[in-house]
Amino acid sequence: MACIIATMYLTKEQEEMLEGEHGEIISKMTRLLVRLGDIYNAEKMIPVASVQVAGVSYKSIGEPGLEFLQDIAKEARVRVLTFLNPAGMDLEKWKEMGIDENFAKKQLAIIEAFRKMGIIISATCTPYLAGNLPHYKQHIAWSESSAVSFANSVIGARTNREGGPSALAAAITGFTPYYGLHLDENRQPDYIIEVKTQLKYNSDFAALGYYVGKKIKNKIPFFKGIKEADTDQLKALGAAMAASGAVALYHVDGITPEADKISISGLEKIEFGEEELKETYDALNSGEEPDIVIFGCPHASISEIFKIAKILEGRKAKKPFWIVTARATKEMARKIGLEEAIEKAGGKIYADTCMVVSPIENLFKTTGVNSAKAAHYLPGFCKQKVVFNNMEALLK
Amino acid sequence: MKARTIYPGNVKGVAIVSHEPIGFYGGIDMKTGVVIEKGHPLEGRSIKGKILVFPYGKGSTVGSYVIYGLKKNGVAPLAIINKETETIVATGVILAAIPCVDGVDIEKIKDGSIVEIKAGEKEAEVKIE
Repeated sequence: MACIIATMYLTKEQEEMLEGEHGEIISKMTRLLVRLGDIYNAEKMIPVASVQVAGVSYKSIGEPGLEFLQDIAKEARVRVLTFLNPAGMDLEKWKEMGIDENFAKKQLAIIEAFRKMGIIISATCTPYLAGNLPHYKQHIAWSESSAVSFANSVIGARTNREGGPSALAAAITGFTPYYGLHLDENRQPDYIIEVKTQLKYNSDFAALGYYVGKKIKNKIPFFKGIKEADTDQLKALGAAMAASGAVALYHVDGITPEADKISISGLEKIEFGEEELKETYDALNSGEEPDIVIFGCPHASISEIFKIAKILEGRKAKKPFWIVTARATKEMARKIGLEEAIEKAGGKIYADTCMVVSPIENLFKTTGVNSAKAAHYLPGFCKQKVVFNNMEALLK
Repeated sequence: MKARTIYPGNVKGVAIVSHEPIGFYGGIDMKTGVVIEKGHPLEGRSIKGKILVFPYGKGSTVGSYVIYGLKKNGVAPLAIINKETETIVATGVILAAIPCVDGVDIEKIKDGSIVEIKAGEKEAEVKIE
């Protein structure tokens, strides 16, 4: 039962931070990272270029989270570029969304604590679409599983799946323990996924991701047979895998940057054909008729909003529909006339939040989505029945 | 028994033992320190001021904040002993400064027994009286 600890190497600065020479909070945060690093046998700490902090919605972190963040904000400031995950409501139009006063008060207090720490109130799960875009092989410390997946896989940056506090600790100290996906040797695939059906809609990519995440849990897949995929589709694929499993990195033959730098010989194969696609759609559907349709999990890109506006051109939706997105994207949509087009068609664009972290259970019973991640979380977090389908079908 | 330190400290107290994992978020009331998870072996019992013994944490990562909140509200356990501390509990005890050790054969600790923990920066010792 004896346990030897491989305590990591620390620089002089890091040792001083640990020993409290930079204040109590920095000491605590450094201790957190060193201990987590020890648990995972990290040899040292490395500087990070940026951080994405999750655990923002009052609905998810509640009173414990609020109190903790307010304590931290009294003393600590972030040392690197730090972006924030979505909140539980549109920070401007929360009344219109039907959010109650008390929830809004608590949510705004959480945002205020983050602002005080020097964090950019991006309130989005797609920081890479909103101004925090890492480069290939850059070390970052991100939480938000879908953003972690995108940064690792599509961009080839290096991050583990951080939790809210460990990401915050990285932001405040500027460091993260060097283990896991920061090391090249841990980025090799474990499975080959042979895609034998043509993926047409974003929701098809989401279904594929959902199926694979369930099968392979926290392993790394290598996809073969995907001929084309745009950024929105890769975003949907990764988000689904990170929700049904804990996939933090995937490779797509001919598409993602590390796919031609790794060995895939001798790996176990999993097939995904027409049958598996249909089976996954069936599994994700629990409702009949949606009360509302919500797009934007992960947050909608400007191209997705453009596509929705096109589909709805000259039509008026019979049911309410929302698009949730980053404030930066919403502002662009407004400037170029897309928001007006969406509103004309009967829709709303909300920023800073999403259907999973806002209390929509008070407003609706059945939600239509084209996101497998949303379809996965809505029944549990928001007591929703779900209609999962492609964008075109949901807008009919 | 030798153990690994997750958070250091020397304490002595009464053990409260669960052989089931504990999910702090939704599992323990942050105001009172009482276990509220339905059907949990410790349901209805308070962990305040006790040496809380369980295999490992489970559930939401918000559990880390709950551990912090328990300490702030004065209802935290005196210390935690785990079979294997995972990141939710590790994060929580470090933020809350609650002594915690792991790598312990928790089967050997009986509910209600007096346990002494001496946890240095790296290595720790657990004594059962």
